[in-house]
Amino acid sequence: MNIIDQVLAGEVRATARLLRDIDDQVESVQSILKALYPHTGRAYVVGFTGSPGVGKSTLVDQLALKYRREDKTVGILAVDPTSPFSGGAILGDRIRMQRHFLDSGVFIRSLATRGHFGGLTRSTNDMINVLDAMGKDVILVETVGVGQDEVEIAHSAHTTIVVTIPGMGDEIQAIKAGIMEIGSIFVVNKADREGSRKTVREIRNLIDLGMRRREENGGWEPLIVETEAVKGRGIEELHQAIEKHKTYLFSNDKGQLDDVLRKRATNQLVETLKDEAFKTIMARLQVRGVTIETLVQKVLEKETDPSSLVQRILGEELR
Amino acid sequence: MKQERRLRILIAKPGLDGHDRGARVIARAFRDAGFEVVYTGCHQTPEQIVSTAIQEDVDMVGLSILSGAHTYSFPRIMELLRENQAQDITVIGGGIFPLEDIPKLKSIGIKEIFEPGAKLQEIIGWVRANVKPRRALTA
Repeated sequence: MNIIDQVLAGEVRATARLLRDIDDQVESVQSILKALYPHTGRAYVVGFTGSPGVGKSTLVDQLALKYRREDKTVGILAVDPTSPFSGGAILGDRIRMQRHFLDSGVFIRSLATRGHFGGLTRSTNDMINVLDAMGKDVILVETVGVGQDEVEIAHSAHTTIVVTIPGMGDEIQAIKAGIMEIGSIFVVNKADREGSRKTVREIRNLIDLGMRRREENGGWEPLIVETEAVKGRGIEELHQAIEKHKTYLFSNDKGQLDDVLRKRATNQLVETLKDEAFKTIMARLQVRGVTIETLVQKVLEKETDPSSLVQRILGEELR
Repeated sequence: MKQERRLRILIAKPGLDGHDRGARVIARAFRDAGFEVVYTGCHQTPEQIVSTAIQEDVDMVGLSILSGAHTYSFPRIMELLRENQAQDITVIGGGIFPLEDIPKLKSIGIKEIFEPGAKLQEIIGWVRANVKPRRALTA
């Protein structure tokens, strides 16, 4: 059986290896992804974002349990940061998900950012497609969790969940601009802590302020759910909120689902184009013995500035 | 596309002892050496460890153990890797082992055992010399 059939048959080892090759940007995955692509589009993708320590992994763990009880299969992609100094990473999201390790209905993959910004990895969208083609019903994606500008997940997920906790300083600090705008659902986790109601009120106010823009965009009013993930409290409500959002997306009279899919396709296309354009140009320069280092040197020596240099390169390479 | 193969390693603690300082220190050292380290915490069964190693497609599993349960868990892990056609994954151990057990562990396929006092640089050096990232699937 070839790799494509193995993935479609849900074989774990083959799929795990393919994910590795995707992450490592091995050239030969292109044709495999192409063959798998027609088999995608069935899985429901839920994204979790929010600052480190708010409980994303624990929520993912609890929600996976909930889906398993409904007999749905689950794929989990959990992103942790790569050290900018060594290039290494410690991937520890699995610590909170141990109960699923022996469940053949759950596939968990830990990913390192490898210098990619935005909360996900360069490979995440392709990996979502592979888990989808593998037959997972639900795919839960946990972002790296920096908290302010990692809105990329909104382009990959059907439902985006922004997680916060009570008492993050100026309460809403943790979920201001950008991230505040991507949540289909807001979760106030660790809701047993003091100030939970206040945090909920502040999120409610911010949602109300954004009302007009929402009405223009088809009118989903984000839901707010209080949870205490370690004890499983509020998971039922969170699950219901996700179902509500899903029903809204699929009701389709305003084409909301099309919007999500369009955004995802656009994003993946643009990102791939950027990546490939960069690589192509660098490869062409390489032929003439020009590297990033030689270009940097020109800038350091004030021979030129970064913008002018780029304009010159583009002028020469893209004629 | 440019290939950038990273070494992926699983650090796991089989059995019931909860002293994971050693495991955390080695995980950190491996990170600083540029490896991607999946860390799963304490109290892992051999089944959990092997399932994780396969799903994460690691090149090596580092088992940290202080409890003496290696005489059960190490052979079981090797057996499960074989059953899953994953015997290409390198397995090493770190912790406290009776001297007479070390040859036994090596005879069942554990590639190296590091005892208390092993230097982090020594362990990293061993990994660099002996564990290579798996070859690409279809290249």
